[in-house]
Order: sequence, then C-alpha cells, then structure tokens
Amino acid sequence: MVKVKVKEKQNKVFICTGTGCVLSGSEKVKSAFKEEFKKRKISEIDIVQTGCHGFCQQGPIVVIQPEGVFYPTVSAENVSRIVEEHLIGGEVVEDLLYEDSRTGKKISLYKDINFYQKQNRIVLRNCGQINPEEIDDYIESGGYKALEKVLNKMSPEEVVEEVKASGLRGRGGAGFPTGLKWSFAQKAPGAVKYVICNADEGDPGAFMDRSVLEGDPHSVLEGMMIAAYAIGASEGYIYVRAEYPLAVKRLKIAVEHAKKKGFLGKNILGSSFDFEIKMKEGAGAFVCGEETALMASIEGKRGMPRIRPPFPAQSGLWGKPTNINNVETLANIAWIITNGADKFAAIGTEKSKGTKIFAVTGKVKNGGLVEVPMGTTLRKVIFDICGGIKDDKKFKAVQIGGPSGGCLPTEFLDTPIDYESLTQTGAIVGSGGMVVMDESSCVVDLAKYFLTFTQKESCGKCVPCRVGTKRMLEMLERMTKGESDEKELVLLEELARDVKVASLCGLGQTAPNPILTMLEYFQEEFEEHVKEGRCRAGVCSELIAYVIKENVCRGCGVCKKHCPMGAITGEKKQPHEIDVTKCVKCGICMQHCPFDAIYIAK
Amino acid sequence: MSKINLTINGEKIEAEPGQTILEVAKENGIKIPTLCHDPRLKSYGACRVCLVEVEGARNFLPACATKVGDGMAVRTNTIPLYKIRRTIVELLLSDHELSCLTCESAGQCQLQDLAYELGIEENRFKGEKHIYTIEDYNPLIERDPNKCILCGRCVRICEEIQQNKVYTFANRGFDSVVTTPYDKSLIETKCELCGQCISTCPTGALTEKMSRYKGRVWETEKVKTVCPYCGCGCELELQIKNGEIICVSADVESGVNKGNTCVKGRFGYDFVNHPDRLTSPLVRKDGKLVEVSWDEAIKTVADKFSKIKKKHGADAIAGLSSAKCTNEENYLMQKFMRAVIGTNNIDHCARL
Repeated sequence: MVKVKVKEKQNKVFICTGTGCVLSGSEKVKSAFKEEFKKRKISEIDIVQTGCHGFCQQGPIVVIQPEGVFYPTVSAENVSRIVEEHLIGGEVVEDLLYEDSRTGKKISLYKDINFYQKQNRIVLRNCGQINPEEIDDYIESGGYKALEKVLNKMSPEEVVEEVKASGLRGRGGAGFPTGLKWSFAQKAPGAVKYVICNADEGDPGAFMDRSVLEGDPHSVLEGMMIAAYAIGASEGYIYVRAEYPLAVKRLKIAVEHAKKKGFLGKNILGSSFDFEIKMKEGAGAFVCGEETALMASIEGKRGMPRIRPPFPAQSGLWGKPTNINNVETLANIAWIITNGADKFAAIGTEKSKGTKIFAVTGKVKNGGLVEVPMGTTLRKVIFDICGGIKDDKKFKAVQIGGPSGGCLPTEFLDTPIDYESLTQTGAIVGSGGMVVMDESSCVVDLAKYFLTFTQKESCGKCVPCRVGTKRMLEMLERMTKGESDEKELVLLEELARDVKVASLCGLGQTAPNPILTMLEYFQEEFEEHVKEGRCRAGVCSELIAYVIKENVCRGCGVCKKHCPMGAITGEKKQPHEIDVTKCVKCGICMQHCPFDAIYIAK
Repeated sequence: MSKINLTINGEKIEAEPGQTILEVAKENGIKIPTLCHDPRLKSYGACRVCLVEVEGARNFLPACATKVGDGMAVRTNTIPLYKIRRTIVELLLSDHELSCLTCESAGQCQLQDLAYELGIEENRFKGEKHIYTIEDYNPLIERDPNKCILCGRCVRICEEIQQNKVYTFANRGFDSVVTTPYDKSLIETKCELCGQCISTCPTGALTEKMSRYKGRVWETEKVKTVCPYCGCGCELELQIKNGEIICVSADVESGVNKGNTCVKGRFGYDFVNHPDRLTSPLVRKDGKLVEVSWDEAIKTVADKFSKIKKKHGADAIAGLSSAKCTNEENYLMQKFMRAVIGTNNIDHCARL
C-alpha cells in the first residue's frame, strides 16, 4: 500500500502572485510583508505566494489564513497596518476589507464574498489556497490521493468507466466526452502511446487555464498521470504557450517536485506504472491549440492542422495513439476520482456535467474567473456574481466563447450555460471567454476586433479561412468607415456561411460565429452603419465627429492645448471650434474639457 | 477483401476498400474539381473545392481525403457545393495576378479551368492583393508568388517525393506564402532544379524558363517517348511545335515514373536540335573525320574487328554498353560480343 504524506497546518499570509495581481503590484506587497516581518522580528508566520483567486479586478489580493480574511487591492503602504493591527493585534483592519458594491457592507471573510459564495469551485479548488510552488501544499489539500487510488484500487478500464460516468466533456471548446476520448486511446493498438496536455490557451480574454497552471499545476499533472495510466501511456507532453512564463516556471517546478516525490518516473508509488512528462513551449500561434496542429508543432513542423481521420487516438503524436486534453479538463480528473463520478454528475445539467470556468471581462463591475455549475444562467454570472454592468449602464450583449463564439443580446440572458443551449443560440461554450458589453460598445467594431484576431491567426492552409476571413474583415472595415453598402452586408453573411462550412479546421469553421450571431441579433446596427453611416455607440471613429457646444464652451483653451493634431482653434474666452478635416477623433479634447462642452455627434 | 458499394449522385458504384471518393468518382467518369490534389502526393484537403456531400455527415467532406464506405451516399454536384466552389475560386482570384493573356500556364491552368467551368465573370470579393517579387535567379525555374494559390503541392512534392524540402510555408493568415528557408533563391538552397515543383503546380506560379513564349499548350503536339538518359526508362511527354521540342513533361498516370522526372529528363533536351549534334556516322580518313553512310561505317567497324580478332584473338576486344540503352539493346550487345566476336569481355556502366 502506498501513501501520500500530509504536513501539519500552520498560520500563513497568502499573497496572490497570479499574473493579474503581479501586474497590479503583488510583488511589492510581498516584499513589504517580508520587510515588515524582518523589522518586527516575526518568524513564525509564513508568507505564501498563491496562484490566481480569479477576482482579478480586486488585486493585489492578500488572504490571512487560517481564518480566511480577504484584503483586496492591497498596496505596500497598507502592509504595516495589516501586520500591526491584524497579525499582532488580532483585529481585522476594517477599512481595508472588501466592500460589497450593492449593500455597501464590509465583508471580512473570503467565503462570505458574493463573488465566491455563488461559485462552485472544483477546478479552481486550490487556486489561491495553496502555494503552487510547494508540492507539500498540494498533497496537504488532498493532492495525489486520486493517483494513489487508481494505482492501488482501479484497473485502467475502471478509470475510463469512472470518467465516462462523470459525464465530463472537453473544456477546450468542442465539448467532446472525455471518457469516450480516453476509451478510444485505450483501445487503440500500440505499445507506445502519448498523453498531451493542451495548455496553448489562446482566446483573447480567456485566462482560466493560465490561472490553473499558475495556481495549481499539480492538479493538471495528476490528471495527466491518471489519463496516462488509463490509456496505457508512459510519456506525456505539456504544450504550453511561451507567453505564459509564470505558468511555464511553475509547471517546471511542479514536474521536478513530482519526480522527487516519486509521482513521476519508474514504478510510480511502488506500482508498475511508469510515466514521465516533457514540456514543449509554443511559439505563439493560436492555431496550435487545434490538436493536429499542436502535435505537428511538437514534432518540430509548422503548426498547421491536418484532416481527420485519422484521429489522434488512432494516429497522433509521431503516428502513435495519443490522447489530448485541455488543462481545465485534466484539472477535473483528480476531483472526480476522489469524490466519485456520481458526485460530479450531480452537478450541472442533463448533458453538461460539472462546472465551467468563465473569464468574465469587459463592462462588468467584478471581472475575473468565475467557476459555476453548468446550466447556470448568463444573468446569474453577469448580474449576480460579477455584480452587473459597470457604472450601472445598460447591458447590451455578451460575447461568449471568445473569437469562435457568438454575441448574445438581452433576450438570451436567461439562457442556461451548457453546450446544447448555447449552440442553439449560435454561440458556443468554447474555452469560456465572456466579454460583456454595454451601450457604449459597437457590435460592428467588436466583430472587426475578433476577426482581426482570427484572420491573423489563420494558419493559411485552407482557402476559405485564409482569404475568406481577410475579405470579411475588409468588409467590416469598410462598414466601420461608412464605405460599404447594403449589397455588401448581404455578401458578408453569404461569405461568413461559406467560410463556416468549407474551412478545414475549427478555427475557420468557427471564425464567422461572432459575425453571424451579430448579424442575426444586431442587424439594425449593421444597417445603420451601411445605410446611414451611423454608429450608435459612437465607437467607429470615421462615422462620428467631435463637436464643441458653443453655449457651454468657456474658451479656456485646455482642449486646444491637448489636441495632438492642432485641430482646435478659438480666441481666449471665446467658444472654440474643431476642424473636422484635421481631427483624428482621438477623444483627448473631450477627456480634458473641464466644462463637458465637447460631445460626440453620431 | 470484399468490394464496397456506394452511390455517387444516385448512381450505384462498386469500389475497392481504401479508395477515396475522388478516386472512385474519377474511375467512374464523375468529375470532382481539385486544386491541391496530385495523385502522387498524400491527401492534403486544403483547397476545399473537392468538398462533397455525404449523407449523414455533419459537414461537407473533402473527396480527396475521404475514404469510401459501404452504403455511402455521395453527392458531388448540388447547388450548395456549386456555391462554395464558386466562393473559393473567387476568393483565390481576388488575390491572384490575372495575367492569363501572357501566362505560360494559360490553357493548362487548373484555376483558369475551374473559373471557366464555374462561369466566373466578375468577382464579388475585392480587397488587398499581394505584390511579390518574381524569383528569377536560376536558368530553369521561374517562381512567381503572385500566382501562387498556396495549395502546397510544390512544398509536398519536394518533401514527399524528392525528399529535399526546398520549399516551406512562411507567415500566417492572408500573408502566408510559399518560400524557401530564409527566403533564399533556389540556387542558394539545396534545390537540384529537377522541376518536379513545376510538374505539380496547378497555376502559373512555377514555370519553365526554357519554354517561355515558345508556344501555347494547345498549339503543341504531345509525343510520348522514353527518356534517353538512364536505365530507369522514364516515360516522357514531349510537347512539340513546328518540329521542335518546346517543353518536356510526364503523364502522372502512365510510365514507370508516373509523372516524375529528374533534372536531365525534364530540362536536358537542348541537344535534340543542337547544331553540334552528330546526325550521321563519321569515319576518319587521312586524319580527318568524314561523314559516311551507315553501311560504310558498319563495314569499316566490321573490317577492323575482323583484323584485330585475327591478329590478337577475340579477347583483345571488349564491349562496354550504356545504361542509356534499353534492355533489348544491352541484350543484343552481349549476344553480339559472345556469339559473333567470341569473347566474354563485356561490361556495363551501371555496374561501376
């Protein structure tokens, strides 16, 4: 019988060193704590750097454990107070606590914050709760128990059956049943098989995989080990974006630690199971998230998708049976094995089980990572958990599923988020990107944004994607400039449909989704652009003009001073004027006008 | 293995297991357009003009890469397929240099043929067009990326058949381009100028410099022959205009070489009409080579052989034959040496 050792619990200061918090200054906060401890000769309290808490809008985040007191937007200046009043004095620093924007109340405990209360954190169970660079922390929180269980008590077939019974589906976007995928690789003949973790997260705005890798890398490794045991692989690859340096670093540490502890290598935990993990850093091509392109890239070839069949389970990496799963999918595995498929299957809807992480960005009050049961409505995620629209503006639409997803208006807010329901609307769960828009967002401009991305990231292999996305983008560009017409609007839809059905891989097949859903739900706005040359959101710069209200302008000259183009003229104390031929619509004048005398004429 | 039964456009068809829809359709006289397909190469599925409808399939499937299955019902000529093919060809033409008037490939260009078949008179798609420099640094192959449709056939033939990997793709999206490593000219790479890339290029992106402006494909007479260079016996197809070879190609469906040739077979034909070429036998008379009839030349050789044999014996004579000759000719040579001359002194350059 093999056993995982567990360390004693102790008091700790948890500082988030996920990418979001690092950007907002958590490294400085960490140094401040260290200095403060040195000054006050405190040695018994550990400073632990954790991964992402998901509440990125509130970074840098500091949590005092074991009570779980949550301090948001901590600066280095606040540190001495936390040390003095909380750690030494034993009193929570009230004014530094999180304030619920709806009730105005201060909340001290992590678990009582609305943002977390409404979530169901399975994948993100350890993110923010453990030090991702310490394997003991993972083990202490129940890590590697699932591996121990499968090696001691389960046959590979039983593992596959368990994953099948859980109803887990691929979280990378396509939603293919994970257990079924494993069974294909398991049944495929061959002595050499591979397990690949697809950590090439590339959707703009999506960062759930990054946060899992940075915050809980061992859960992904454990998932890979269990997958390898199930399909009969002894070698695994993690294909991770090189643009995620912190994830790369933490994965490398995790692999090293796992080797030292005997979770990787020969005869793992005394069993006959051998497994090793190699890392491959991707060079920044979005298309390498497509499994056949990913494998080509590992093999040293240009990352281009190929036709399937053969599927990776039959002929994958180096022509051997290969099982590829996404980070979030793998991070679910240990939980399923430990807690049982039934418990997992009890969460979610009939066909979409478990939870899904969404990366909510855009015009919401509390953006960040939200893990909710499948079937939760969009309304609950956006208005309840994320606190609604910023500045209490009106909700306009949500782009769900990243550049491959669709754009849904208000009437779909009560749509449950699951694979089938979203597909019916024209959107997809995808990797779980959620961009929320208010009235000040222009859908045509957003369509242009996403298509600029997919167009650039097309591998160039098939014609519809390579040239089709380019021509669609050019049409959108003309629309945002007022150079298009109704005929082109019809052509745009035709081309979008052709690109969707004729492209070789998922990138091209889904690239038209934003346009198609926007054309369906926001046809009027497209028509305004092409017929009237009008952008109601006031975003498309070629369709708007900055105008100075004569009766409000005091002639202070601030706008004139700031205008980078010298487009503003006027005598002191006399109303000023903007020369539209010189104006580049940067909006700097409006930002600086102390009298709100400048407005956008749409 | 048992045969596979399927229908294409409602017609019942029998096929061999492992065949693709495209192969079966072709065998049965059903045309499915292709651009990136070459029977010599692995299926690639990039151009998407060979998409067909298969009953029960979620998406349209590429005929070039989809294997036939028992009970399959395939449609190759529906209106949705026609529309998609039209869109694809229009998209390709929207970033293509339309110099068909003077393009060397006019008349044998698959893109031109497809545009004609689909009746594309006007292009619905307009926008940015690439302007690339034409590569012109070697004596044989001209590379014009402005006419490239990125089907990857040159990249693949060089890799899969020549095992040489001279070409590669670079950049992404609309700016994807076929080039050489580090954008070098062909002579700076390991290119052997075999011209296989030209043989597979469906457009005028890769053309033969020696044939430039010498004749249109429809003006030439095609003559099949065997390559005179080595013992492989590759079949060549000479394109002849006014009694002169203006181009050498090979038929992908016949010969031992199935469309493949080496640099000599494809480009080494300038000797045919060269003024220095010997067209009648020469015999040295009074120290000077003089043109004589075949009868006289053979008589001279026979006399000399007889004299040598009489004076020094048969083993003073040896025969060395060439791999350029056919098997039959080589057989005759050894028979002649053994039976007529009476020696076993025979050898062949292929043995060296």
